[in-house]
Amino acid sequence: MPVSTPQRFGAASAASLTEELTSSRRDVRGRVIEWALLGALLMSLLILVALVVNLFQRSWPVLSGRLGDYLSSGLDASNASEAGVWQAIRGTMTMAVIVALVAFPLGIACAVYLEEYAGRSRLARVTRINVRNLAGVPSIVYGILGLSIFVKFAGGITGGRTVISGGLTLAVLVLPIVIITASEALRAVPRAIREGALGVGATQWETVRSHVLPSAAPGILTGTVLALSRAAGEAAPLLLVGGITGLLRTGNLSLWDQITEGGFTSMPVAIFSYARQTGDEFQSVTAAASLVLLVLVVIINGLAIWLRNRFEKKW
Amino acid sequence: MESSGFSLTLASGRRRSDRSMRLVFTLAAMSTLAVTLLIIFTLFRDAWGFFIDVPKGDLWSIGWFPRRGMFDIKTLVVGSLMVTGIAMLIAVPLGLGAAVYLSEFARPRARKILKPIVEVLAGIPSVVLGYFAISFINPQIITQLVDGANKAFNIAAAGVAVGFLTIPIIASVAEDALQAVPSSLREASFGLGARKVPTTFRVVLPASISGVVAALILGISRAIGETMVVAIAAGAVGGGLFSTDPFQPGQTMTAAMAALGFGSDQVAGSGLAFQSLYFIGFLLFILTLILNLLGDRLVRRVREEY
Repeated sequence: MPVSTPQRFGAASAASLTEELTSSRRDVRGRVIEWALLGALLMSLLILVALVVNLFQRSWPVLSGRLGDYLSSGLDASNASEAGVWQAIRGTMTMAVIVALVAFPLGIACAVYLEEYAGRSRLARVTRINVRNLAGVPSIVYGILGLSIFVKFAGGITGGRTVISGGLTLAVLVLPIVIITASEALRAVPRAIREGALGVGATQWETVRSHVLPSAAPGILTGTVLALSRAAGEAAPLLLVGGITGLLRTGNLSLWDQITEGGFTSMPVAIFSYARQTGDEFQSVTAAASLVLLVLVVIINGLAIWLRNRFEKKW
Repeated sequence: MESSGFSLTLASGRRRSDRSMRLVFTLAAMSTLAVTLLIIFTLFRDAWGFFIDVPKGDLWSIGWFPRRGMFDIKTLVVGSLMVTGIAMLIAVPLGLGAAVYLSEFARPRARKILKPIVEVLAGIPSVVLGYFAISFINPQIITQLVDGANKAFNIAAAGVAVGFLTIPIIASVAEDALQAVPSSLREASFGLGARKVPTTFRVVLPASISGVVAALILGISRAIGETMVVAIAAGAVGGGLFSTDPFQPGQTMTAAMAALGFGSDQVAGSGLAFQSLYFIGFLLFILTLILNLLGDRLVRRVREEY
């Protein structure tokens, strides 16, 4: 790499050389660039602050006026004074449970295969590339997959456009995230732990079950929780598999009827519904829903960070 | 040995459970391949059906109005490119700047405080940023700066918000690439008398260039695939005329798909309009697939070099 500074010293006296090397004031350009880079980073903070302040300002009429009513009312995109988020919260929670039941075991099992069993086989390499690519597939494409597979093809089992189809679609969507984070956690477990177990005669499965998985559990847990928060924030695929955007009439059925036959909505879908309406009232309904979703996501992420700090192992 | 009763062969139960668990894990891994194959299969089947059935003239007309039989692909592609372009104008300087600062300038303690900022930004759901686009970015920034920008919805506001969403991915991939550069390169540069800034921009950045390019590519891929921000903030739900004006409402591939999919049972399930959903989905999938594979390759090149 060409570095020009030394050439300039060619004819310089020893004094000016010392001055050049020791004085920090002369590096004005360096300082300016450093501050500019820091500014770029702090812009992200500014964006976050503007976002939160804007949400609080816009949602104030709802927060101060009818918060309890808002949190307990159903989806209604035609009447702002009746609109609420209760059904949406319930839908998001139900789908989160489905995601946890489907994506977590499947994703962790896939990660165990990749890290503990596969080695450097061709199949493993293809699977790894495939998983990384799946992580980058746009979420709306997963919506098409959910529509074709869960709503239409397996409609007899899922009931069609139900919360089950929605949850399964989100589970497939976050599967690569679970796999990638769980793989990282497994990779961080020192080789010696495996060798210790194998050395006293444990089978590979026994090694994984009683040594590797318990050691990697905190990392895996953190990753899975983060995957949950990603699932809680997704709307695009749910629009395709039948998330309700207008008025959810069947949204107050008992939980079981809701799951098997009722329509469903979720927090992000509700935000989308409200954001499409005009007028100041709906502005504040939308902003309040956004705040509720942010609180939900922050709680989930906070849980992940707490788990990481609480159980993190240093080898 | 023979008297101790030791046996080096496994009890059959343990061996069986070992074998069956191996099978379980392998099948779980295969399920991810099945997901990819299913995506390709379902998309391609209906995309091809659409392509066969659609009068080819309808693919190149004055706008995207699927329910009236106008499937102008260029309207959507140009819309997506405008959103992506504007997003990159925002996300490249901010994301790369943040990455360079975090990797090269921040002291460990500052890094610990500053890095979560970018991580928190990554956790903001895209619907929330979509609402931010129509409630803040457009009224407070875009329409203030540009005379005649559409007051309610336009491509530019959506692009800026998509840019905000893209900052974290660019920052994190680029930072990983910069961190992968061995410190001996920096030390050699310092040893020659170069200061921090020349070292960063003429030694570290060139050494990690493929990772930085990967960050940009993955950012572009993310921006093209972003749906909800555009569906909320770019206007033109359902259809739109061909337009190259970023300050007017516009339609992108992703937003068109969302509009075709939701709450429209009269369209859903049959007909050319509905099938066009798969056609755009297929285009989008192929486009992001190419970008992701390219980005992935470049990311791993940095790791292999050092």
